Amino acid sequence: MSSKFFENPIIKWVEYRLPIFSFIDHSVGSGYPTPKNLNYWWNFGSLAGVVLAIMVATGIVLAMSYTAHVDYAFESVERIMRDVNYGWLLRYIHMNGGSMFFILVYIHMFRGMYFGSYKEPRELLWIIGVLILLAMMATAFMGYVLPWGQMSFWGATVITNLFSAIPLVGDAIVTWLWGGFSVDNPTLNRFFSLHYLMPFVIFALVFVHLWALHVHKSNNPVGVDIKGPQDTIPFHPYYTIKDAFGLGVFMLFFMFFVFFAPNFFGEPDNYIKANSLVTPPHIVPEWYFLPFYAILRAVPDIWFISAKLGGVIAMFASILVLMLLPWLDRSKVRSARFRPVYRQLFWVFVLDCFILGWVGANSPDAVFHGIPFLWIGQTGTAYYFAHILIIIPLISILEKPKTPPESISAAVTQAAE
Amino acid sequence: MSDTATPTATPDDKTRRDFLLLSTATVGAVGTALAVWPLVDSMNPAADTLALSTTEVDLEPIAEGQSITVVWQGKPVFVRHRTAAEIKAAEAVGLGDLVDPETDKDRVQKPKWLIMVGVCTHLGCIPLGQKANDPKGEFGGWFCPCHGSHYDTSGRIRKGPAPKNLPVPAYTYLTDTTIKIG
Amino acid sequence: MIKTMKNSLKAGLAVLALAGLMTHGAAPALASAAKVELPARNWSFNGMFGTFDRGSLQRGLQVYQEVCAACHSLKLVAYRNLSAIGLNEDQIKKIAAEFEVQDGPNDEGEMYARPARPSDRFVAPFANDKAARASNNGALPPDLSLMTKARKGGADYLHALLTGYKETPPDGVKMGEGMQYNVYFPGNQIAMAPPLAEDAVEYADGTKATAEQLAADVSTFLTWAAEPELEDRKRMGVKVLLFLLVLTAMMYALKRQIWADQH
Repeated sequence: MSSKFFENPIIKWVEYRLPIFSFIDHSVGSGYPTPKNLNYWWNFGSLAGVVLAIMVATGIVLAMSYTAHVDYAFESVERIMRDVNYGWLLRYIHMNGGSMFFILVYIHMFRGMYFGSYKEPRELLWIIGVLILLAMMATAFMGYVLPWGQMSFWGATVITNLFSAIPLVGDAIVTWLWGGFSVDNPTLNRFFSLHYLMPFVIFALVFVHLWALHVHKSNNPVGVDIKGPQDTIPFHPYYTIKDAFGLGVFMLFFMFFVFFAPNFFGEPDNYIKANSLVTPPHIVPEWYFLPFYAILRAVPDIWFISAKLGGVIAMFASILVLMLLPWLDRSKVRSARFRPVYRQLFWVFVLDCFILGWVGANSPDAVFHGIPFLWIGQTGTAYYFAHILIIIPLISILEKPKTPPESISAAVTQAAE
Repeated sequence: MSDTATPTATPDDKTRRDFLLLSTATVGAVGTALAVWPLVDSMNPAADTLALSTTEVDLEPIAEGQSITVVWQGKPVFVRHRTAAEIKAAEAVGLGDLVDPETDKDRVQKPKWLIMVGVCTHLGCIPLGQKANDPKGEFGGWFCPCHGSHYDTSGRIRKGPAPKNLPVPAYTYLTDTTIKIG
Repeated sequence: MIKTMKNSLKAGLAVLALAGLMTHGAAPALASAAKVELPARNWSFNGMFGTFDRGSLQRGLQVYQEVCAACHSLKLVAYRNLSAIGLNEDQIKKIAAEFEVQDGPNDEGEMYARPARPSDRFVAPFANDKAARASNNGALPPDLSLMTKARKGGADYLHALLTGYKETPPDGVKMGEGMQYNVYFPGNQIAMAPPLAEDAVEYADGTKATAEQLAADVSTFLTWAAEPELEDRKRMGVKVLLFLLVLTAMMYALKRQIWADQH
């Protein structure tokens, strides 16, 4: 915001009592210095924020027409689709918005891993990000139960049953989660309540995430610190317009699915009303859970730990272990651009995540050209943990990185030449 | 502001950019406004609600001097088969005596049948007078117990705090003895 | 800078495309148990500009009414919805009035039957699921309101199923009692007898009622029943995408201008 803006008497009056305008200016305005070399991979955080807002807005109005009761939930969703004004649009936006949110956040996280955004001094920023992912997963899982289709019901049954793997108190915990002896009306009601609550928890986490971000500012593609004003440009107008353009491209992608392939990410079985006596032949979670689902199923009996408990531990560990990345990766160089070995292995890791997703989509006893999926899943799971716990620490010590440029502005000048 | 490199632009660039900025912002704002409409409109009555917005009433079983209450759009509608005396009383009132001047003829399609929304125009209570032993107020029509509004045999406000006559809904005779309200 | 951005964008698109392949790739993998290709038909409602063929919709309604409705309910569709397939108010009232719905209680406290009104939903052939099973050898004829959305392949699957009966099963296949062999039904044994024989329905518009025609029409009708918003959705989608294209192009131009002094 220009200095002229701050001389306006009304602005001055408000600013004296509540410095909201300078707060905005220092957060996303011309008063926020941002590395001048951010590429389009840095768009995904703000995009995720926009999708969060879209999800909350559509969710609030959908809740006005939704009935959280096992006898009416499925029909009330269909009433939204058929009778409520623009109900089909709101529901399809909300439904596909969930998938979009995960696409954006996964890309955002891979970007963080590639460019070393989790490294000192941004460890907490990264950990809060992982917490946001966990909160999103809980929200998405509970939201998927609400339409009370076959996948809603059986997904809820399978996932809540994971907790029965906990020794001694497992069954008591599952009964407590259900509020009964199976997934039923009390379960649906609490999931609705929590599904409505969680986005506000996510909002709070996002606020802290941004707070931490603003302390040390964005990382950047070359991964060297900001050394002075020559390395930065004001967030506004440079990155506001860049984010806005990115938003336009993303909305084209998002709206294509909403209007022309609204059920692309969904499962046909969820258009059959929940039936507690018939399990669909293939229970698959939503695509964004597939890699974790593969990890869950990959673990065999190990010593005294049953496959069931081991699978649950491995699945949760696969997410929690990400929080340790800042300490597992000891390399002083942030950006993979200057880490030839790490860069190759990063892409192997990305590929591994996709393979796990592919395994998760297939039946565990299926066979792919003579190779059992179980085996592929176990190899993929082993590599996932090996990458994070062994490969990353090892190459961070053994690898000889190239020398990053002196400064951001030096890197920009080099690139221009 | 001070610790960042300041952009420089020639005046010519600046006007061009200002124009593009203004038009892009306008298109963006229009798009956002259009996108908000579905959220707002979803709170309007849904198609199934609108489909139930008419009510058909069979008048045949209502004897002279009797009233029934039917539900239309969630509100009570009074249907009264008026006696000759009630019709006469209603027609005899001069417009000058009325708070909300309206002739009886304007309030009915057939004098025998008085059809109106039974919600007091003061604060939304339901007036008494539908049953034979209800208090009917000083003008022999309806009486609202909440704040003492008296309505006459045409449902017009005569005394008390209510400002308007009981409203007559739109209705049509489908046959001689059935009406469709709404 | 521009070069790295371009490379990054390219890589990004590659990842997205891969993600698309992954999720899509899951579909054939899941169906692998009953590995039969569904013949893909060129439906009028396919594609970005797809619309329903009104004639086919009305013929499909007739097939549903005269054939399917004996066993299958259509609970989520209301008679009033038929105005969308081109029926007028009188026609809708007439169809509705052929059915009775329970209403009440009346002033005497009794439930009573009255003719259905346009605002009512399609009256089901059986009072409840148990009654439906009892009349159908224990098999439950599913509700058809969402059938095309509830099966992989949608209308293609429905059409294939309806025309996929074989009088004699292949050698070595032992059929259960009262079961029919169907190429496209998962497990190949279906309790529903072949419903659509030639001239099962005499079309009001004179179209020749081949089994093929009947299956196509009823599949079209049931696609509409499952997705009555389809035409509105696609029409609005085209406008939204065009709008976003223009806005995004403008933002790109603005971005280039604003960043001009940085390159």
